[in-house]
Amino acid sequence: MEVIPLLKQLSEANGIAGYEEPVRELLRQKWQPFVDEMREGKLGSLIALKKGTGADGSAARQVPRPKLMLAAHMDEIGLMVTGVEKGFLRVARVGGTDRRVLLGLEVVVHGRRDLPGIVATRPPHVLPEEERNEVVPWDKLFVDVGLPAEEVEQLVAVGDLISIRREMVELKNRRVAGKAMDDRACVAAVTLALDQLAGVRHAWDVFAVATVQEESGLKGAITAAYGVAPDLAVALDVTFGKHPGVSEVDAFPLGEGPAIGVGPNFHPALVARLKEVAEIHEIPVHIEPIPGHSGTDAWAIQVSREGVPTGLISVPIRYMHQPVETLAAQDVERVGRLLAAFIAGLEADFLDRLAWDTTVEGE
Amino acid sequence: MILKALLLKALSEAVGVSGDEGSVRAVVIEAVREHVDELKVDALGNVLVFKRGTDEPSASPESGGQRLRVMLDAHMDEIGLMVVGHDSDGFLRVRAVGGIDPRLLPGTLLQVGPERIPGVIGVKPIHLLEEGEGQKVPQLKDLVVDIGAASKDEASKLAPLGTYAAFATQFREIGPTVSGKAFDDRAGCAVLVELLKGDRFGFDLHAAFTVQEEVGLRGARVAAYAIAPDCAFALEGTIADDIPKDKDASPTTALGKGPAITVMDRSFIADRRLVRLLTDTARELKIPYQFKQPGIGGTDAGALHLARQGVPSVTVAVPCRYIHSPVALLSMDDFENTVQLMRQALSRITWRTLRRN
Repeated sequence: MEVIPLLKQLSEANGIAGYEEPVRELLRQKWQPFVDEMREGKLGSLIALKKGTGADGSAARQVPRPKLMLAAHMDEIGLMVTGVEKGFLRVARVGGTDRRVLLGLEVVVHGRRDLPGIVATRPPHVLPEEERNEVVPWDKLFVDVGLPAEEVEQLVAVGDLISIRREMVELKNRRVAGKAMDDRACVAAVTLALDQLAGVRHAWDVFAVATVQEESGLKGAITAAYGVAPDLAVALDVTFGKHPGVSEVDAFPLGEGPAIGVGPNFHPALVARLKEVAEIHEIPVHIEPIPGHSGTDAWAIQVSREGVPTGLISVPIRYMHQPVETLAAQDVERVGRLLAAFIAGLEADFLDRLAWDTTVEGE
Repeated sequence: MILKALLLKALSEAVGVSGDEGSVRAVVIEAVREHVDELKVDALGNVLVFKRGTDEPSASPESGGQRLRVMLDAHMDEIGLMVVGHDSDGFLRVRAVGGIDPRLLPGTLLQVGPERIPGVIGVKPIHLLEEGEGQKVPQLKDLVVDIGAASKDEASKLAPLGTYAAFATQFREIGPTVSGKAFDDRAGCAVLVELLKGDRFGFDLHAAFTVQEEVGLRGARVAAYAIAPDCAFALEGTIADDIPKDKDASPTTALGKGPAITVMDRSFIADRRLVRLLTDTARELKIPYQFKQPGIGGTDAGALHLARQGVPSVTVAVPCRYIHSPVALLSMDDFENTVQLMRQALSRITWRTLRRN
């Protein structure tokens, strides 16, 4: 499977937090050939099962088999209509939309029909001096759909969603920039892993989950983890890519491999295994120290039910939450390979190795 | 898409940052070549065309036995960026060419250099901002363009110093309006092409598609000197600031209310006789028109009216929302009415129009 066309399709699909249907339906088609079962969680997460063979190598006999959950969120940030004024739309953000990047941006307003629109901006020629260097506040931001006011009233209502409109572009060195690489990059990586696992025997049941509403508070991960009740989980998300203005400590270079999270959110033995698999398969990885809340689905999954040993693999992207989220395609491929190798090598009794006293003994 | 929108699309999607107008020039030449008697490109890159008039040389005293020479002007250039340096990680450092608004740059898509290499501008993620940092507009000197280059060497090979970059925006139809980049002043260019396509006027028509308006009306100055017209019209895409605002400020112009006639802006005071010609024509023929709020902006007319011993001049513009941003919006009705008003007003113009009472 080619990663760049996959990233393009996924990044260009719409799916604002709480309204993930378009991207979910695309993903359902993508995953169909690789999985045994698929269902939709009650909040809309897509939950796919690829059955394992268990300890005795037979999918049929050993029930229940241990369950691994992979979680990558498919929702993206966006805007919502809060009012209509003289044919222009007032907006609020859904998720962590950054108003510094909105002026002059093309959008799609999901009204009675999809309406192309532009985030309105007053030209600098008419702005008072003090406003020329001010980030426009939310109460002065409007979306213009280029239609007469009466028609806008007919077509758009408060609560309608607004997606960012941005085609993915290919930069040099297999780098790509698009609107929703957070976290479609990892949805793509999970898809690549499923593709690579086709026909490969693995002991564990693998639940690939595309979660919803991560951007509005990890809601899909909370509920999907309860539903799947995994024994082990790996969350997949994006982390900060290095570029001028960002501290070296916070960020990772593009194209030099994904990052594996370490800290209280992650089980040390699972972290050790992920590092080991990367080393054996010569996949470059970085270590990302996260001293507390990881800001990812991993945070919710770890405390699901009686607790779940959880890990996190992250793809570095530049310009997070901006319509030009930029990454290196090879990093996404590496996450796919790392996941596939990790799953293929997962022993039926791997859970036993996570027992805390064993880890202490090893030190 | 209607035919006139197709021309505007071709003009809008062509790239021509001030000093590098070649691609726009090619579209213009292609569009007007068949409709004019003479065409040349001058030393700065202006496209100068001539379409002979049908009037017999006038016997009126001010004519000196010559046909009236009317100049129509629209500028081909657009605002953009220029590469001025390369970072060790392969990022491009840039400076503004013309009036770039730094508020609009974060998150934009660019096309860099003649190969139109895709580039993006991103800023520090919202998650990493310090207290108060999110209120400040990142300044151009602190921004970089990312073309995916991995090293300084690669970046300087792909986009050498002096390479131009422009917004990368597709032209779209949005109901009765259209959106795209560089409507300032490709809208004016499109109006001018339409005027050249029609029948001959009585007077000798000289048209200039000019360069370097955005960096100081440079092309218009030399074009007007070369043409030495008796009067001049600058055709523009101008500010429509008609979005809802706290204070009841003037919208400058409003979309859908017809061509905007300038009586005065920061660059010139329009000739009253030409303003009268336009408004009388519009009123008689019931073509909608509006005045642009006086005192804002500047156009090629600022250079035209000072050519040689002076040239009576006026600016007529298609109102555009969001000029100088990556994507502007205009009404095709306004566009059509601008062409109509200009054509009708020009068909009435004689030596008498310029006579002082």
